[in-house]
Amino acid sequence: MKPYYSKQVIEHFLHPKNLGKLKDADGVGKVGNPACGDVMELFIKVEKKNSKEIIKDIKFYTLGCAAAIATSDMACELVKGKTIQEALEINYQDIVGELGDLPPIKIHCSVLAREGLKAAVEDYRKKSKK
Amino acid sequence: MAKIYLDYAATTPLNPNVFKAMLPYLKQDFGNTSSIHSLGQQALGAIDEARAVLADFLGCDAQEIIFTGSATEANNLAVLGTVQAVKNKQPHVITTPIEHHAVLEPCRELEKQGVEVSYLPVDKEGLVTLADVKKALKPNTVLVSIMYANNEVGAIQPIQEIGQLIKKTSPKILFHTDAVQAVNYLDCNVEKLGVDLLTLSAHKIYGPKGVGALFVKNGILIKPLIYGGGQEAGLRSGTENVAGIVGLASAIKEIQNPKHKIQNIRTRQFRDKLIKNILKIIPDAHLNGSLVHRLPNNVNISFRGVEGEAIVIALDQKGIAASTGSACSSKSLEPSHVLLAMGFSEEEAHGSLRITLGRPTTPKDLERLLKVLPPIIQKLRQISGYQL
Ligand SMILES: Cc1ncc(COP(=O)(O)O)c(C=O)c1O
Ligand code: FES
Repeated sequence: MKPYYSKQVIEHFLHPKNLGKLKDADGVGKVGNPACGDVMELFIKVEKKNSKEIIKDIKFYTLGCAAAIATSDMACELVKGKTIQEALEINYQDIVGELGDLPPIKIHCSVLAREGLKAAVEDYRKKSKK
Repeated sequence: MAKIYLDYAATTPLNPNVFKAMLPYLKQDFGNTSSIHSLGQQALGAIDEARAVLADFLGCDAQEIIFTGSATEANNLAVLGTVQAVKNKQPHVITTPIEHHAVLEPCRELEKQGVEVSYLPVDKEGLVTLADVKKALKPNTVLVSIMYANNEVGAIQPIQEIGQLIKKTSPKILFHTDAVQAVNYLDCNVEKLGVDLLTLSAHKIYGPKGVGALFVKNGILIKPLIYGGGQEAGLRSGTENVAGIVGLASAIKEIQNPKHKIQNIRTRQFRDKLIKNILKIIPDAHLNGSLVHRLPNNVNISFRGVEGEAIVIALDQKGIAASTGSACSSKSLEPSHVLLAMGFSEEEAHGSLRITLGRPTTPKDLERLLKVLPPIIQKLRQISGYQL
């Protein structure tokens, strides 16, 4: 029997490593998924190093399905320590791939995490311009 | 750890007596009811007997029972078959927005064909009012289809009162009820209910999957959906699923067994205790649906700041099978159409957990659920950042 969700999805869903809020976040992104109404809030801490902007820390809150939670956590895992440029290049297929797979109807859930990241970066840019 | 099944509204396991009754028809008594040799006639005898059992249960004539391949098919036959058979050029149909998709989708299909369909409002508890039925009836109304008990929130509709109202207004209007979830628990005497058509399903009552039945009152004009060899009085062609039909009848006989009537009282007590305990232990939770007009086995609770799907997956990891509402939710992202119709916001509608009890459910099962559920909700609220 193939379970509905892969082992990796279940693991990240039950024990997310990047759960919570960053009090002194440099950027915050809050996005909703139009397909299902799920909501995700993403917090990033950015460090500048030799003109590179590195995502030093990242945390999330997600109100949503198991896939939304697992992909949120996986997205955080994937971008932590990367430059903003690198982080934005990660697409939903990368997230799904890292999680083994997702049921077809749940593919859209991984889009939430990417949108959240984009929103957090935009917020960071806005704030750092001031 | 042993698995705990708490999703009896989705489907039920086969009762061992039902299995025993079916077995000969899967083995040596494999005849086709249309054959004139003894083996065929024996199969015909078996489904005639089954028809008599259903007729006894529903309080109707045996020839008023049409066996189908599912309740979905029976609902389709009831809705499409009756409306497409009427000569009225502008037929009007009344139903509710909380019906199973097996009624809603044929109604949508009728709408596409130009038929006017009215969807009655339901109140916060998921109940239809007589006043709204009365208001919706029109001179060209040909069919009213209202489910007896809802599969998601267990709301029991006042079918008998609606039946009386309809017949008083015009004896020509047909009244159909989808009784799939009700059969196990409620009086289904069609005369008392005042219905002209009634749907039931075997796999919700400890019978086999893939068998349903439609009661069609004598004299009603109805057009088949399936044409062929003319079985089931021409309304449902195709060689009968003899073992399945025998299983359906056997499951109905089990319902009539006083032992199970007593068990239903116990189930109701379990339900009430479970609802009380969940609401006591877990903050920001509320019961969906009516407490009074509710199926004895249905619990449907929303938890703020949590999505139902996530609860179901987390429970499954602990060996407990429950549901978010409709079994179709694995195919659709939309929040429960039932909760939305009851006036809940999308967020509230996403947060519901349906627990449905059954004959094998024990107090120990529910104790275990009560132990496992609170930490799951707490954790998921942590994940969503929900502040109590
Ligand atoms: C109220 C109701 N009607 C109809 C059905 C469809 O029954 P079946 O699975 O036999 O097609 C179900 C169950 O899914 C139901 O709960
Ligand atoms: S279904 Fe909502 S994000 Fe997964």
